[in-house]
Amino acid sequence: MDELTSVFVQESREQLAEMEAGLLRLEQDPHDADNINAIFRAAHTIKGASGVIECGFIESFTHKVENILDKLRNGEISVSGPLATLLLECCDHMGRLIDVLEAQQAQPPEDVSNQGEALQVRLTDFLSATEAPPAEEPGAMPIEHESPVEISGGGVVITDGWHISVRFGPNVLRGGMDPLSFLRYLASLGEILGMETIPDSMPEAEEMDPESCYLGFEIHFQTRASKADIERVFDFVQDECELRILPPNSKISEYLKHIEELPEDNMRLGEMLVRCGALTQAELDEALRQQAALTNNEDAGITEGDATEGHQAPQLGEILVEQKVVQKTLVDAAVGKQAQVTEKKAKESRMIRVQADKLDQLIDLVGELVIAGASTNLLANRSGQTELVEATSILSRLVEDIRDSALQLRMVQIGETFNRFHRVVRDVSKELEKNIELQISGGETELDKSVVEKIGDPLMHLVRNALDHGIEPAAVRMATGKPVQGHVALNAYHDSGSIVIEVSDDGGGLKKERILAKAIEKGLIQQGYNLSDQEIVNLIFEPGFSTMEKVSNLSGRGVGMDVVRRNIQSLRGTVDVTTQEGIGSTFTIRLPLTLAIIDGFLVSVEQASYVIPLDTVVECIELNDQPDNKHYLNLRGEVLPFLRLREIFGIEGEIPFRENVVVVQFAGQKAGIVVDQLMGEFQTVIKPLGNIFKHLRGIGGSTILGSGEVALILDVQALVQHCANQEENRKRNAGHATRLLESR
Amino acid sequence: MSNSQRISLQEDLTIYHVLDQKQRLLDTLAQADEVELDLSQVAEMDTAGLQLLILLKREAQKAGKKAVIIAHSQAVRSVIDFCNLAAYLGDPLVIPAQESN
Repeated sequence: MDELTSVFVQESREQLAEMEAGLLRLEQDPHDADNINAIFRAAHTIKGASGVIECGFIESFTHKVENILDKLRNGEISVSGPLATLLLECCDHMGRLIDVLEAQQAQPPEDVSNQGEALQVRLTDFLSATEAPPAEEPGAMPIEHESPVEISGGGVVITDGWHISVRFGPNVLRGGMDPLSFLRYLASLGEILGMETIPDSMPEAEEMDPESCYLGFEIHFQTRASKADIERVFDFVQDECELRILPPNSKISEYLKHIEELPEDNMRLGEMLVRCGALTQAELDEALRQQAALTNNEDAGITEGDATEGHQAPQLGEILVEQKVVQKTLVDAAVGKQAQVTEKKAKESRMIRVQADKLDQLIDLVGELVIAGASTNLLANRSGQTELVEATSILSRLVEDIRDSALQLRMVQIGETFNRFHRVVRDVSKELEKNIELQISGGETELDKSVVEKIGDPLMHLVRNALDHGIEPAAVRMATGKPVQGHVALNAYHDSGSIVIEVSDDGGGLKKERILAKAIEKGLIQQGYNLSDQEIVNLIFEPGFSTMEKVSNLSGRGVGMDVVRRNIQSLRGTVDVTTQEGIGSTFTIRLPLTLAIIDGFLVSVEQASYVIPLDTVVECIELNDQPDNKHYLNLRGEVLPFLRLREIFGIEGEIPFRENVVVVQFAGQKAGIVVDQLMGEFQTVIKPLGNIFKHLRGIGGSTILGSGEVALILDVQALVQHCANQEENRKRNAGHATRLLESR
Repeated sequence: MSNSQRISLQEDLTIYHVLDQKQRLLDTLAQADEVELDLSQVAEMDTAGLQLLILLKREAQKAGKKAVIIAHSQAVRSVIDFCNLAAYLGDPLVIPAQESN
């Protein structure tokens, strides 16, 4: 795919996302004109760009969509639920068309084009409902006849120069800046065809402060420089001056708008524009005559003099349109485009697009750097040369900084992912005929790009579940005295080295009896098992579990929650659920911030080294005279279950005289890991273990030590759970002789 | 009663001097019916200076008096030219022969 097309695909996706967000807002506030304009602009931009890359099918479809948006914008049709739904579907279809383009197919496949045609028919229905009936044939493209340009004379100002209007603020001179020097610099960018100095705002002689600047300039300017370049000339006085730039061949109405916006008298300003060559006298006369005529018509009582004043004739651009001198779309599009260009320019200067691969490569390199740095450190320490040690410690600090900033590059805010769910919630709640609001918080929480990409599906599942199973139908809610509108909330925050994402609803909560009954029916557990509440609730994550009697097309195929859990586990994360019957449930996803590099705590048993992620380490204590069979100790009055790495990994050898306990914490649970030696902090790059070791429990990956040895990274989460399970087992064994359900 | 006064500005017409110059110009204008301004010694003029000239012209016109710039230095002339104000100020600009081309 050539570069132009890929840029188009990328930007169109962004525009589509904007359009979709706008459409969703539209339902909330149907009268927000800015919003409608923004939607229109997005569609318009896509249409324009698709024309540029000569992608006919996108262009023609978007054209239809744009037409209806135009009607919407002009108030010819009003926003309604079905219309919004239709437009959203059109949005989706445009997305599909872009997919087609991205897949480098010349034409959309049949099913897609059929969909497109179906949508077009519906669009036409909407249009013909508003169209004046006799002129149009139903089903034809009524758009072609819309707002015909009857007079085009005077529509476009015949000039190929820019028009720059600048009013300097009073403090410019005092700030040590001379407007003339800016203008001289401007002259170096091109040719000043005409310039008028406007001293009108200078006050009376007594009040006039000669150190304040009162001047303004109207400049007719010919250049090949871009608008941004012109703006840059005035960068230094950006806050201090009013700058307006009209591009070459602007519409006459833009000049009118310009005239109206400026503080000076319209007539005088008009003259100025003529004198500096921006407008011809004929063009000006025509515009002012219309302006005056309009005002007189509307307000016959006022005098001619007043009529020329801007505030008396605020709708000047519109009258031009009504008289069909200028096509409204043209004017608006031009204005809109201009605003967009500036906006985009501003945005672009702050953002650069980088290929994700390049970023990954950088992270890889940084990873290698970290390893190499660790090795250098080790050698330096061994050599005992103070200077060398010092140098390497500075080096390793820098490496650490580089690592952090490199990882920062990959951090993205989760808000964008969250915002996608507005649409989901809207569609689903329409379908289920429930009234549900989505609340989003913590959208600015950042996490690794790769995690964000993979978290979308599990989140989608959880949200859909909350919508479908969680929130009760309105009638039920009313009966139980809850507000009719249900709430689903997405929240994200950082918590000790992980990111926590919560999906909560204020629905009926999980019903434990039903879960239990279902689990027994499915043979997941056997009758008579005595499970704790938490264990019962966790059954929903078991494969093949679904409690919904009616299988809806949203969720309830019974492949839901276990897939969610597996996906999240593959990101080294966990998912938990807390629920209260009748009040709601909260699913809590806990994920590591990044997948690539961690700060580790190096320990050893016999000859082998192990790394414990530092975020999880709470403290280290010495293990005093513990009998071998006990697996808990007294930590300041608290029972701390612990496990011996020696036992878990089956390491043989003499138990050393002194053992150490590393107290780790995960998701609120504490446990101890008994090791031989503590070796201190260590920054490490996670290298995934091969496929053969996929089912190995308790090990999260491997890393290479400075000495070249391999160290295994412990999966603290699994170990802590193992500890807790053992503890529960023992408790239960004391009471019933039941077998703990294999949690995995 | 047609008393005319001539002022010859020696310093630059820039922000550093405009405060004094404004007073001087307006005072002179108040006393005389016609002010002749000799700017031939002005080596530099900036926006502030330009404003001052515009002010003087305007005040003179308001009071029905005359303010005429009888000589321009090259710096003054180039600013007036650049800002396209020659017509507004209405003074004959004498272009020395050696500069005319």
